[in-house]
Amino acid sequence: MHELGIMTGVMDAVTKSAEEAGADKVLKITLSVGEMTECIQDALVFAFEALSEGTLCEGAELVINMITPKSRCLECGAEFEHDRFHMFCPECDSFATQLIAGRELQIDSIEVDIPD
Amino acid sequence: MQIDMKQPILQKNDAIAAELRQRFAENRVFVVDLLASPGSGKTSTILATIDALRDEFNIAVIEGDIASSVDAEKIKAQGTAAVQINTGGACHLESAMIKRAVDVLDLERLDLIIIENVGNLVCPTDFDLGENLKVMILSVPEGDDKPLKYPGVFQVAQAIILNKVDTLPVFNFDRAKFEESVHQLNPQAPLFPIAATNGEGVQEWAGWLADKIRAL
Repeated sequence: MHELGIMTGVMDAVTKSAEEAGADKVLKITLSVGEMTECIQDALVFAFEALSEGTLCEGAELVINMITPKSRCLECGAEFEHDRFHMFCPECDSFATQLIAGRELQIDSIEVDIPD
Repeated sequence: MQIDMKQPILQKNDAIAAELRQRFAENRVFVVDLLASPGSGKTSTILATIDALRDEFNIAVIEGDIASSVDAEKIKAQGTAAVQINTGGACHLESAMIKRAVDVLDLERLDLIIIENVGNLVCPTDFDLGENLKVMILSVPEGDDKPLKYPGVFQVAQAIILNKVDTLPVFNFDRAKFEESVHQLNPQAPLFPIAATNGEGVQEWAGWLADKIRAL
């Protein structure tokens, strides 16, 4: 359901951009999705297939780049990648860290077909 | 042809949320988005919070549920303004729904709006509603392992309430383990142990919130 809401946002934005460019078909959509959003790739693909049926996005290739979480230590300044659960600093063991990557929900680019 | 978009997926939601945040600020209304599972005691916590703060602040509640107006009725029965949003199946509230609810509230005379999000520990996390604070509630019967299973919500929350602490003796809930997990995920957020139905700990939580509202 979470993925459905997100994909609705993707469809709205992509359709608008494609129409503004005068396209009649979307060939490819590239997204960046941070792992901390807890979005499941399969569920995003499923939502996309369901929502795109009968639209100019139908049949487009969906590329999802999952982004590994990354934080910065507020004590020693170290930057490090981590999983969704353990974010303490590997250098100084501090828990005072700030997430700098991993919550992305972005449409990077689309590829469209523009009729001559 | 390739089109570079570099556009946030939830831009539409975020834009409406930013508009709401501006409106809330202009009217000096403090807004709390309350996240928790179904049955964790969101409504009881809201009722207890209203009870503790109603002498000082004018409060309204926005209730998000998939269906029914049971919660809004409970709040209204206590004499507080409540607007029910039925999401009709959606698992979270979005800023456009809040905008419609806010339109029926008299922002000028309000100090605090508490938004009770749909009972869910995953989906509401990513949706900005224009709030000042996201606060989450976990209740003792849900288990001490929830921070490990739903880290996202524990990370976005700016305060965490542990509800139903009066039931600790009958549940196998390791409080030290829970507190350690929460601290690892979110060292900055204060943790408030409460029992909403008997009032235990409510003063500490409500007092902390009152300070935030006064500082607005």
